[in-house]
Amino acid sequence: MRTIQLFDSRFLLPVVALALILLTNLILSPEFFHLEFKDGRLYGSLVDVLNRSAPCALLAIGMSLVIATGGIDLSVGAVIAITGAVCANLLNSSIDSISLIVLAGLFVGVVAGAVNGGLVSFFGIQPIVATLVLMVAGRGIAQLINDGQIVTFQNPAFASIGVGSIFGLPSPVVITLGIFLLAQAFVRLTAMGLFIEASGCNPKASSYIGIPVRTIKWSVYVMSGLCAAVAGMIITADIHGADANNAGLWLELDAILAVVLGGASLAGGRFSLPLTLIGVLIIQAMTTTIIMSGIDPKFNLLIKSLIIVTVLLLQSPILRGQIRGFFARKHKAENSAVVESQS
Amino acid sequence: MTARPAALQLNKICKSFNRVSVLRSVDLELRAGEIHALLGENGAGKSTLIKVMTGAYSADGGEIILGDKTISPQTPSDAQKLGISTVYQEVNLLPNLSVAHNLYLGREPRRFGCIQWKKIRARATELLKRFDLDINVNEPLSSYSIAVQQLVAIARAVDCSAKVLILDEPTASLDAREVALLFRVMRDLRDSGVAILFVTHFLDQVYEVTDRITILRNGERVGTFATNALPRNELVAHMLGKELHALEHLSHHCPPAGREEDVLLEADSVTIANGVEQLNFKARQGDAIGLAGLLGSGRSEICSMLFGLSHVTSGKVSLAGKEFRPNSPAAAIKKGFALCPEDRKTEGIVDPLSVRENLLLALQAQKGWWRPIRAQQQKALVDEAIRALKIVCSDAEKPIGQLSGGNQQKVILARWLMTKPQIFILDEPTRGIDIGAHAEILELIRKLCAEGMTLIVASSEIEELVAFSNKVIIMRDKKMVGMIEGDAITENSVLSAIATPV
Repeated sequence: MRTIQLFDSRFLLPVVALALILLTNLILSPEFFHLEFKDGRLYGSLVDVLNRSAPCALLAIGMSLVIATGGIDLSVGAVIAITGAVCANLLNSSIDSISLIVLAGLFVGVVAGAVNGGLVSFFGIQPIVATLVLMVAGRGIAQLINDGQIVTFQNPAFASIGVGSIFGLPSPVVITLGIFLLAQAFVRLTAMGLFIEASGCNPKASSYIGIPVRTIKWSVYVMSGLCAAVAGMIITADIHGADANNAGLWLELDAILAVVLGGASLAGGRFSLPLTLIGVLIIQAMTTTIIMSGIDPKFNLLIKSLIIVTVLLLQSPILRGQIRGFFARKHKAENSAVVESQS
Repeated sequence: MTARPAALQLNKICKSFNRVSVLRSVDLELRAGEIHALLGENGAGKSTLIKVMTGAYSADGGEIILGDKTISPQTPSDAQKLGISTVYQEVNLLPNLSVAHNLYLGREPRRFGCIQWKKIRARATELLKRFDLDINVNEPLSSYSIAVQQLVAIARAVDCSAKVLILDEPTASLDAREVALLFRVMRDLRDSGVAILFVTHFLDQVYEVTDRITILRNGERVGTFATNALPRNELVAHMLGKELHALEHLSHHCPPAGREEDVLLEADSVTIANGVEQLNFKARQGDAIGLAGLLGSGRSEICSMLFGLSHVTSGKVSLAGKEFRPNSPAAAIKKGFALCPEDRKTEGIVDPLSVRENLLLALQAQKGWWRPIRAQQQKALVDEAIRALKIVCSDAEKPIGQLSGGNQQKVILARWLMTKPQIFILDEPTRGIDIGAHAEILELIRKLCAEGMTLIVASSEIEELVAFSNKVIIMRDKKMVGMIEGDAITENSVLSAIATPV
C-alpha cells in the first residue's frame, strides 16, 4: 500500500517542478551537478542546496503535522532564536557537557510547543493567534536571555552540529535526514499519521470515534517545537553565535510554503512528509538558481514568488477543473463539427 | 371562508443538489390574508422551498407566480423588492445598530446625500406603534429581547411593503408571553391582507394561529388542509409518512423478553443538562429500544447523554448495576458503547479519508495509535465489512464522500461493529438513505438484537420503530411521557401517544 502511495499522482507536480528547476541550473552552469570528495567530505552545489535547506526542512516537518490537524505554527522562527540563545549562553557557562546543552535546547523546544499546543487544544484559541503570541514574545525572550547582545562562543564540539560532517555529508543534512526518517516512522509505522489526518479532516467525527483529538493536536505542536529546537541549534552552531533578532527570521513562512508546495491544504487533512521535503528543496534550489543565473538580486523575491504562484495555481482544483473543462469543450466542439460535416 | 386570491403561487417546484432531488414537483398556494403553516420533519424540504421562494436558491423547474406575474428572484434582496420578506429564527439584523437604523437600513431617507436621522427616528417610532411596541428606537437592537428583535424584523419586512411574509421558526426561542404577542401581530397583519407562511415544529401553535396547513415529506407535498378540518393524529401521520413499502414484509417483531435481573442499562428519573427530564427505562441484553417523538422532542438528547456528550444533572444512570457517568465519547466507548450519529456528514464520516480508513478508525482508536492494524489484517477486516453489510464501493481506497448516503451509513455501522459494542446507539440511522439500504439496515438491527446486542434507536419514522422495537419511549417537549412495550407497539398506539396534546 505504501509503494502505491509513493507513486501517487500528488507527487507528479512537485517532483516535476523540482526537476525543472534543477535542469535550469544545469543549463545555467554545467558544474551545478559537479560533486567533489575532498578531506573526507563531499563538496558541490547540490550539497550546498541540501545543507542550506536543512533548517527549513526541519521546521517544515513539524509544520506538516501541525497543518494536517488544521492548525499552523507561526512561532517556530522565534523558537529557533530562544534555543540559540539558551545554548549559546550555556556554552559560555561552566557547564561543559555538550549532550546536556543539546538536551537543554531540545527542552526549550518541547516547552514552547507544549505552550502553543495547550493554548490551541485545551483553551480553544485559534492556532494563528496562539502561536502569534510566541512568535512575538519569543524574540523578546531570546533578547532577554542574550541581554540584547549577539552572544558568540568558541566550542568546536557544539559547532560541529552546524559545520561538521558525518559520513562525508554536512552534519545538518544527516541530522535532518535522521529526523525525517524518525518522524516518518512515527507517523506511518504507527496509526499516528491516520489519527492526525482524521483530526484535521473532521475533528468532531474523530472525537465521536474515540480518537483523543485534543491530545493529538497538543502533541503535534510539541513535535513542531522540537523540530524548531533542532533547527535552532544547527543555525547557532553554524554561525558560532546566537542572534536573537535574526536567527530563523521569517523561516516559519518558508516552512509553511514548503508544506503547501507539497500539496497539503491549510484546512487540514492529508499530509506527506516526503512531499514536504520536496517543497523545501524547490524553495532552496530556486534561490540558488536565481543567484547563479546572474539576474540582478533585486529581482530575487519577485521571481521566487512568481514561480511559487505558478506551482500553487497548477495545484488549484478550480484551475485544473477549468483547464479540463476547456479541453473537454474544445474536444466536443471538434467532435460535433465532425458530425455536422458528415451529415 | 371565502376563497381569497392567491398572493403567491408555486407550481411544480423542483430542486436537486448533486443529483439528489430535494424538492419534487411541489405546489404551494398562499392566499392574501391567511396564515399558512408549512410543516414537515427535518429533510422534508421546508427550508429548501423557502430558499427558492426568497431567491437564495434558484429552482431547477417549476414557476413562482406573485399576484399575476411570474417571477424568478435571483437573490433574497430581489425577492424583498418584489414583496417577499423572510424573518428567520436567528434575527438577521445588525444588533449593534439602533432599532431605528435597523428599520431603515439600506433605505435611509436622505436630503442632499445626508441621512435624516430625525426623520428616521420619528418614522420608526410611528411604525412600531402599529405593532404596539413602545420602545426607545435609539437603543441598540441587541438591548431588547429576541421577541422584540423579531417584531422589529417583521415591522421592517412589512414596511418594505411585503405582500408575502415568511416566518421561519420564529417562536423557537420565545416564551409563552412573547409568542402571544407575536401571534397578535400576525393576526393583525393577516387581517390587513398580508399572506403569511409560518414554519414551525410546535403543533399547538399551528392549531392556535393558522388557517391552512401544507405538509411536505421527503421533498414532496403530502397535501394542503384547512387547519380546523385536520385532526392532530392525521397531521402527525402525514408528517411522519407511511411510504416504506420496502418494509411491509417486516411485521412487528418483538424480541423475547429477557429476565429482569439481566438489566444492562437503567435510567432512574434522569434529568440531563441538555434539557431532557423524567427519563426512566431499563434495557436488557438483546433489547431494541425505540425513541419516538417529533423533532426537538428530546430523542437525540438521550443519545448524546448515553455517549458522554451531555451530562446527567439529577437521577442516576447505571450500567450493569454500577453508576455510569461518561464525561466524553471515549469514556462511553470504553464501556462498550457505540454511536451512529444523527448528522452523518459532520459527525459521522471523516471525509476525504478513504473508505478503508473510515472503516478502521474506531477499532484503531480503541487499540491506540502505537498498535497499528497490519496491512493484511486491514484488508481482511475491510473486505469482511464490505461483504457483510453489502457496502457498494468499487475501491476501498476511494474517499468516503464519493459513496451514496446509504453506503456511508453502512460504513459507519460497520466501523462500530468491528469494535464489538454491547450497547449500540443509533440516532436516525435511516435518514436520507435510499429504500434498499433502509431495509438492509433494519434487517441488521434485528440481527444484532438477536445476537444479544442492546440497541437504542432514535427515529422519526414510526413504522421503522414498530418494525424492530420491543420497547418504545415516547418523548414530547423534552420529557419522557410514556413507554409502550411488547405487543402494544403499533403504529397507531405510538402515533397517538406522540400526538396527544399536553
